[in-house]
Amino acid sequence: MKLSDIIVTDAVIPELEAKNRDDAIKELIQALADSGAIDQSDVEEYTKAVLSREKQATTGIGKGVALPHAKIKGIKKAVGTIGRSSEGIDFSALDYKPVYSTVLLLSSPDDPDEHLQAMETIFKHVQRDMFRKFLRQSETKEAITDLIHEADELG
Amino acid sequence: MSTVEREVKIVNKYGLHARPAMQLVEVANKYNSNVEVSKDALTVDAKSIMSIMRLAATKDSVLRIRAEGDDAEQAVEEMAEIVANGFGEMDEE
Repeated sequence: MKLSDIIVTDAVIPELEAKNRDDAIKELIQALADSGAIDQSDVEEYTKAVLSREKQATTGIGKGVALPHAKIKGIKKAVGTIGRSSEGIDFSALDYKPVYSTVLLLSSPDDPDEHLQAMETIFKHVQRDMFRKFLRQSETKEAITDLIHEADELG
Repeated sequence: MSTVEREVKIVNKYGLHARPAMQLVEVANKYNSNVEVSKDALTVDAKSIMSIMRLAATKDSVLRIRAEGDDAEQAVEEMAEIVANGFGEMDEE
């Protein structure tokens, strides 16, 4: 699986307005609706689902990255987006550090294998120092989109 | 120093997703031993969440847990038990 199979580049947010975790998640899900990837009428429910998952255990895995996600009825195929925050957002991350790059993933509860594949793809890239560094430096939607495609080509 | 290795099957429906992966990493970090987890040809550091999510281990896949160190036996035992118990998710749909 490739990042570009998962990430809706139209929904990428180069600078989140949100200053906290809950607002960041809401903003990213709203961006998915604005891009047409999900229905506007589902935004509230999906946001609740991701927040509820986040409250069980942080997805702030450290090194400035968080991967909020949820399995949601109504999602047919895994869909995600990326938000950047230059100030950093408190996700109560495992290393207690602020989160600069948030990768949101919504997946189908009926396809756990696809969810694991999507997560594997995301982790493969975010564990690379260069990917995290370039993502943090990408200030426009175009730069993030280019980075996603370059990362995919690298494999 | 001892090396202990055990195979264990993933039994919960959703496989080794983020929460279970974090449980494993947390347990691995309690021990001094070096702990690795493998699936098929891929072997990763069990103490790193970034690494362990790379396994993408689905239900019914087999993990090989390998520890090397003075508390290797206990590390492998506790980790294998968590996996075999479906990460406490067996009651979920």
